[in-house]
Amino acid sequence: MTSERVIVVGGGLAGLMATIRAAEMGVAVDLFSIVPVKRSHSVCAQGGINGAVNTKGEGDSPEIHFDDTIYGGDFLADQPPVKAMCYAAPGIINLLDRMGVMFNRTPEGLLDFRRFGGTKFHRTAFAGATTGQQLLYALDEQVRRFEVEGLVDKHEMWEFLGLVRDADGNCRGIVALDCVSMRIEAFPALAVMLATGGPGIVFGRSTNSVINTGTAAAAAYQEGVRYANGEFIQVHPTSIPASDKLRLMSESARGEGGRVWVPRARGDKRAPKSIPETQRWYFLEEKYPAYGNLVPRDIATREIFQVCLMGFGVDGKREVYLDLTHIPRKELDVKLGGILEIYEKFVGEDPREVPMKVFPGMHYSMGGLWVDYAADPRNGTLDETSSRNQATNVPGLYAAGEVDYLYHGANRLGANSLVACLYAGKIGGPAMVRYGRDRGARLPPDDGAFAAAKKRWETEFARLARMSGPENPHVIAEEMGDWMTDNVTVIRHDGKLSETDVKLQELSERWNRIGLSDSSAFANREISFVNQLRNMLVLARVMTRGALLRQESRGAHYKVRDLEKGVTEENALPRDDANFLKTTIAEHTEDGPRITYAPVDTSLIPPRARKY
Amino acid sequence: MPRTIQLSVRRQDTPASSAYWEEYELSYRPKENVISVLMEIAKNPKTRDGKPTSPVVYDRACLEEVCGSCAMRVNGVARMACTALIDSLEQPVKLEPLAKFPVVRDLSVDRGSMFESLKRVKAWVPIDGTYDLGPGPRMAESERAYAYELSKCITCGNCLEVCPQVNDRSNFMGAAPISQVALFNRHPTGRMLTGERLEALMGDGGLDECGNAQNCVRACPKSIPLTTSIAEMFRATTVHGFKKLFGT
Repeated sequence: MTSERVIVVGGGLAGLMATIRAAEMGVAVDLFSIVPVKRSHSVCAQGGINGAVNTKGEGDSPEIHFDDTIYGGDFLADQPPVKAMCYAAPGIINLLDRMGVMFNRTPEGLLDFRRFGGTKFHRTAFAGATTGQQLLYALDEQVRRFEVEGLVDKHEMWEFLGLVRDADGNCRGIVALDCVSMRIEAFPALAVMLATGGPGIVFGRSTNSVINTGTAAAAAYQEGVRYANGEFIQVHPTSIPASDKLRLMSESARGEGGRVWVPRARGDKRAPKSIPETQRWYFLEEKYPAYGNLVPRDIATREIFQVCLMGFGVDGKREVYLDLTHIPRKELDVKLGGILEIYEKFVGEDPREVPMKVFPGMHYSMGGLWVDYAADPRNGTLDETSSRNQATNVPGLYAAGEVDYLYHGANRLGANSLVACLYAGKIGGPAMVRYGRDRGARLPPDDGAFAAAKKRWETEFARLARMSGPENPHVIAEEMGDWMTDNVTVIRHDGKLSETDVKLQELSERWNRIGLSDSSAFANREISFVNQLRNMLVLARVMTRGALLRQESRGAHYKVRDLEKGVTEENALPRDDANFLKTTIAEHTEDGPRITYAPVDTSLIPPRARKY
Repeated sequence: MPRTIQLSVRRQDTPASSAYWEEYELSYRPKENVISVLMEIAKNPKTRDGKPTSPVVYDRACLEEVCGSCAMRVNGVARMACTALIDSLEQPVKLEPLAKFPVVRDLSVDRGSMFESLKRVKAWVPIDGTYDLGPGPRMAESERAYAYELSKCITCGNCLEVCPQVNDRSNFMGAAPISQVALFNRHPTGRMLTGERLEALMGDGGLDECGNAQNCVRACPKSIPLTTSIAEMFRATTVHGFKKLFGT
């Protein structure tokens, strides 16, 4: 049995891929997850995974995928890692196919591909409309195989609390909480990877799972890890609003021909099916004839938002129709079954018969922990043998998946998240193993950092357990979510951002006066949540300050001069490449985030105006 | 329309302690589900008679019925709590943990045994490695479409919960892992482990324990044809047994 051990925190696509890759190199992996890994949030991805396999004879290529992704991200992404990802994508899809993912097939038995936003090609491989679930299961199964072989030790229902760093600042392991016994332990490793997903719960209700608090990223950030592009938050154009969450309605609904519309007459009370074609306003198709309903998400979201602001929402509400009723039932069931069932179960209407009612919902963070990469100057992609890939600024600490910032720039294209997670895990796993073997193994023995870190967290949790003030943590979280959703999503305004920053500090003050309603020393979710909430408030400020200081509009970051005027070209600040074609870097200080800017590598595709 | 939402929850503080019931009453809001009500209770945890209490502990993640976390008994029926819409339930809504798994706390249970069963039946495709070996095997769309239905299992445990054969006196693995064997034995590469998987089903706690009650297929939130898988595996193990017996 090997004595080399690495730690992966998070069991979604990125974490599982990194685990598999490390285990293949003969290294033992301690895999930590807040839930059984098969229940990770990747399971919610619906529409598919992009890769220019070109099985439709359309002339698609990784180079076009690369250009679509950079252009879709409004040129904010460093180009070599994006190029490397796009070139790796067909191979990743092949690998998933070999692992047994039940991708939909063509009549010839080849993988079928569908259309998605921000491209004109059929580039998205899919397994019904539960692609993330199918991909996660395939990786979960391979990890289980390594578990049986003794190379992977799962620590499920364990929550990451913080890093163990030695006197020289190297990451030597983690401190984690057993969410059942409430025991706190320190775990050593040659290298550590955070693959802990996105921060949707910072916005209260989102399309994210309730476990996606961003707490691990925020904890690492407070220990000196840089956080990049935090202000770039993707709001998905189509979600199903509800009081517990905003359920995702996949872009694949539009990829398969779904049309977005509102009645041309404000407040038209007629049933949607009885409104004739001429009295329907297909506003996306009208404004964007080339891409129609498949304009990138930031644009579709703003258009839907604006149409509702102008009073055209269905029944005057903040809802528009997403219409599939013109597509044959059989085709819908084979290609979109999973998402139609979700709609049916939660709304009680059959979307094959009645147009769905949807509205934009917070979905994804383009920003995340800053990570490095090693460009390969020979071909403009990456040197995948380098231990610098996916490395944070803390030696020995890696990040991959939605928790990293690297692959999407200012706006992510649909179906690029799954490929980004898998690519980051695929190169990040070996990178951390190489670091561990080259450098981690040569670090001096334990200098007392483990005992100190464990003690620190035990003391902290004992303090949290004694909190007995009047405030309820879930109420504070709700206020945070409402403020963030209202002011740091679709339309940003300096005045509102400043107010939000003040509000977040007030909420942090109130956090100190929380009283715990659960005094149990066993499976106490409340105490975990209080710790997460503090971290969420820190991360919320990173997003808000980043948005406040970025004086331009770019991708999902859309800043207006006058809130009342909404989404209009004159009202929005223009993109400002001279001053803001830069990566936002946030570093933690006691007084809040310190924001600086780093250059973006645009060496492969010269920035151009983004017009769909 | 009822003006309140009433809830009774069977609570249990630790795996060893005894269970007790607590009742809650909230003001009515339309379109709630069991999870959104439990979330609302956490914002002001009080029982119906105003006694301060702790938030109810339960497993949950996606709230879209795809992560498999929130299985529990709602008004006596094993199902996912996120899709249990309050407006369609008789009140007071009774919540209990699944009974066939050890309770961790309140409605949270330990379903680790299901993942152990997946190890036992080798529920994976034995790939050589993650290096580039080109595309996977071709499949007919019709075959793929059927296998996809089997691959939607969210390991929620409802099929075990409703199975009379899953009890203190047996080790029966239940329908979910058996159906996973049907899935992997269909895959062109997966079927290379067919024999080992069938052997696992022929062992203790395997297929022989199935009593054909057919409750599993009715309880599956993903409408997986579990009884069809079980029947298929009965045939496959029988054939496998004969082959072993006669060495063909």
